[in-house]
Amino acid sequence: MTTTAARRSATIAAPRPKGDAGTHQGVVVEPHLDPALTSRPDVRPTSRRLGPGKRRRFAGVVGPAALILLWVVASATGLLDPRILSEPWTVVSTAGELIADGRLQENLAISAQRAGLGLFFGIVVGAVLAVLSGLSRVGESLIDGPVQIKRAIPGLALIPLLILWFGIDETMKVLTITLGVFVPIYLQTHAGLRGIDLRYVELAQSLGLSRAGFLRRVVLPGALPGFFLGLRFAVTGAWVSLVVVEQINSTSGIGYMMELARTYGQTNIIVLGLAVYGVLGLLSDAAVRLLERKALSWQRTLAG
Amino acid sequence: MATNAGGLGPSSEVSVRNLIRSFGPKGVLNGVDLDIAPGEFVALLGPSGCGKSTLLRALAGLDHDVRGSGVVKVPEQVSVVFQDSRLLPWDTVLGNVTLGLRDHDADARGRRALAEVGLSGREKAWPHELSGGEQQRVALARSLVREPKLLLADEPFGALDALTRLKMHALLKDLVAAHRPAVLLVTHDVDEAITLADRVIVLQDGRVALERKAGSAVDHSSLRGELLEALGVHAAA
Repeated sequence: MTTTAARRSATIAAPRPKGDAGTHQGVVVEPHLDPALTSRPDVRPTSRRLGPGKRRRFAGVVGPAALILLWVVASATGLLDPRILSEPWTVVSTAGELIADGRLQENLAISAQRAGLGLFFGIVVGAVLAVLSGLSRVGESLIDGPVQIKRAIPGLALIPLLILWFGIDETMKVLTITLGVFVPIYLQTHAGLRGIDLRYVELAQSLGLSRAGFLRRVVLPGALPGFFLGLRFAVTGAWVSLVVVEQINSTSGIGYMMELARTYGQTNIIVLGLAVYGVLGLLSDAAVRLLERKALSWQRTLAG
Repeated sequence: MATNAGGLGPSSEVSVRNLIRSFGPKGVLNGVDLDIAPGEFVALLGPSGCGKSTLLRALAGLDHDVRGSGVVKVPEQVSVVFQDSRLLPWDTVLGNVTLGLRDHDADARGRRALAEVGLSGREKAWPHELSGGEQQRVALARSLVREPKLLLADEPFGALDALTRLKMHALLKDLVAAHRPAVLLVTHDVDEAITLADRVIVLQDGRVALERKAGSAVDHSSLRGELLEALGVHAAA
């Protein structure tokens, strides 16, 4: 008899038609093959969900889109004075003009090259130092202290010295970015590496792994989550250092373009530069996260 | 069978003489002698803290930082199975089995070993996708693919449920019969020791307190009573 159960769950799903139960008598129906299943009530106790739930598509775009919408509305209603912050459409048309005469691409290319080179060298230096310092006591006592000191010195404070040593050309700019990038890579990779469970080290010993094999199969994969965390800091840090070196002394790059615009009071170009930095930062962070998800697919975490 | 603890004959695969190990001032092993013949299955019983695991780790060469003395002779090919399956979470099942193998046919051997433990087709799976029993079977495959002369097992089934444990006993028996390594199984389960081993040793206060033959020729229930008595369990048989 389905009457009481159906009445109780009437708000959740439509009750099955009368007499339906009789037609199935004595027939074993596979649950997933039964077409009536979708119309059956689904009553179940549910526990409080504590994780963030299933991953949704385009979830990362919602926040930035809301910010842009706020900007559009504030400009359109006159709440935002264009002399303080240009309207979004002015920035878009400025972008169109700068792309048409080639200035934006040109400056973007040179900026990207600087950031890319600095990032590359910073990753290599940070990762190598982290492994050396993480795997040997001698390495740790030689490397860890100086890196912590470097960490305490702001990147900006080193620029005068770097200019004296290397002049104001590309070497100085890339080096400044490298110095900013290697620190988070080192710190997080080192922490990840030191966090590897001692039981895996014991396992590697009992299996007679060589030093190289231990490094390749246990240490590096085990330190990878830490490395990726460091990489996300590093990528953002590379763009930040880039702004600094391009605005202090430079004749090209997005930072230079913005600095020039400041001299002429062109808010629209300044805002465009900011928008470009923002987009670059967002895109590079998304790229790192995608890479991370692919490389760490063995992990089972809240991120899902 | 090398039950004569005095002989250091060529017939023994493992020989331990007057083994002493201590953490701090407290002695954990106070002069242990042990011989294991090639292909012999020895179970090591004892209450918690009696030094079972310390002895096994000494045989595995995993006690670098522990002070002690004595003579330990083990074959070159030693494999260890731990209580936790200890699979690298970032490596596939097959990658875990072939970990540290340097020959060119490592993958083929790894697949064969996985087939032996009944896990064909799961080569590409991540360890966390397997059940506890399956993970421990991968650990068995990993230790046997190396064709060890000595297999050391530290409570390998301690974390498994009772039914899975019984299946694993049968599997281990088959595998040992096929590969013929000498085995030292550390366990706290008297029945496990009796069913699997040729010889049972009870360790107490860092010394061998009791040594008995097991196997099909021995009356299990009286041996069980005797072992339980030695372990301080005075239950009606």
